[in-house]
Amino acid sequence: MPGAVIEFANVSKVYDSGDTGLDDVSFAVQPGEFVFLVGASGSGKSTAMRLLLKEIDATAGTISVAGRELNAIPRRRVPYYRRNLGVVFQDYKLLPNRTVYENVAYALQVTGGSRRDIRDKVPDILRLTGLSLKLHNLPDQLSGGEQQRVSVARAFVNHPPLLLADEPTGNLDPETSIGIMQLLYRINKTGTTVVVATHDVEMVNKMRRRVIELSNGRVVRDEQAGAYAARESTREFAVRMRSDT
Amino acid sequence: MRIGFFLREALRALRRNAVPSFAAMATVLVTVMLLGVFIPVVQATTGAANEVRGRVIADVFMVNDATARDIERVRNILENDTPHVANLEYVSKEQAYAAEKKKHPEAYQALGTVNPLPAMFRITPDDPDNITKIVNSLSPVGPGGDRTVVDSAIDEVSNKREDTDKILSVTRVVKLTTALLAALLVIASVLLVANTIRLSLYARRREVEVMKLVGATDWFIRWPFVIEGVLVGAIGGLLAVLLLAVLKIALVDPLADQFELIAAPETMNFPLLIALLLFASVAVSAAGSGISLRRFLRV
Repeated sequence: MPGAVIEFANVSKVYDSGDTGLDDVSFAVQPGEFVFLVGASGSGKSTAMRLLLKEIDATAGTISVAGRELNAIPRRRVPYYRRNLGVVFQDYKLLPNRTVYENVAYALQVTGGSRRDIRDKVPDILRLTGLSLKLHNLPDQLSGGEQQRVSVARAFVNHPPLLLADEPTGNLDPETSIGIMQLLYRINKTGTTVVVATHDVEMVNKMRRRVIELSNGRVVRDEQAGAYAARESTREFAVRMRSDT
Repeated sequence: MRIGFFLREALRALRRNAVPSFAAMATVLVTVMLLGVFIPVVQATTGAANEVRGRVIADVFMVNDATARDIERVRNILENDTPHVANLEYVSKEQAYAAEKKKHPEAYQALGTVNPLPAMFRITPDDPDNITKIVNSLSPVGPGGDRTVVDSAIDEVSNKREDTDKILSVTRVVKLTTALLAALLVIASVLLVANTIRLSLYARRREVEVMKLVGATDWFIRWPFVIEGVLVGAIGGLLAVLLLAVLKIALVDPLADQFELIAAPETMNFPLLIALLLFASVAVSAAGSGISLRRFLRV
């Protein structure tokens, strides 16, 4: 499918230990989509995420991101590829010795961003994520939800075309989780494609977005949940998420 | 901007990881001090051993009634036809008598005016290990196993065999031992510094992993670590050198006026030693950081 942001074509991954991560998986994600990748532990969600990050390579099949085949990217070029992705992890993966501001700034420094660039962009993104008052706090002085917000801010500060989130709400309570999902929703509304791996079924059902379900490394469900208002504002979205139905 | 950024990153790492950085610095300091003390000691020992080896000599004793012509002839042989001779000293009957009389006045009093001592040449070889060649050339081993002499005016060629053998083997052992100790100390220092650096890096491997996931290139991550290594090495080395200088001025220099051994000319001069130690400490810790990091960069 041309123009797809992510395209998995018959992708399999067998680990050195003999375990199967993915088994002949195919799907495509179009620009601007908000996709959930769900499944129990060991279903292959994390394998798919790690493949997209090029932390590991597929055993068979091809993965393309924005038209680039991942197998064709040499190891040396991997850092440059990763700069086109925003990544959010379950355990936040913040740099422990840096303040909120410095953590977000690091993502820009890595790409050679000038000091001026950093001064312009970092406060903006921190305002967007509601961290303006925590600028000079270290990660261990923040709550889990706040740390995850920093992580999202860092992932989005470069305005990447694709944002990957691996269990972003795995360590958070429901109310905080809604806040994070709201943030991801807002980012998605700017046109960024968002892929969220999660096992929080309730959350997925409420979001009413496309769901790709994996089980034992295979795609068992891929449905376009059409029953949502695409033009829903972030506020409307939050209200709906907090309602019980 | 890049260099400034890397430098700031390195300084931040030093500040934020004060304890491991201090451990690495202390390790550099201690090892550099050890090396700084040991290197001159090794050199002084080697110098002393060489001086002792300089005492290896061969004496060519003339027959008791050798004439002036005989002596001239033998001198000619020794000067022109004998290889490996570095220095030649003639001791006449009278000189030998005077020297011995001074050493053992009572014994020579009993002898009266009789001079039993022969004239002789004292040969210093160019290399102590060549002494046997000189002896063999002047006094070849005959077919019967007995030694003969090349000139009838020579009574006997003596290299005080036992003394020579002892000196040569002892100095060889001393030289070998100090060389071995020096090599071991250098290896131990490098391993110790590398290990300390590796430990401090291990504590930060998660940080490196995150940097890679955000899209940092290997060298972008590595440079601050290398600069940090340079700083740690330079500071540790500098402190060690300062301490060494204090030791030298306070302890060694006053002693040197009283004992010749410590001021042995063979020891390396102090500025060169300092330069070498500083360079080594910086190079080892910088390379150690850069290389140890490689393991954690594979994400």
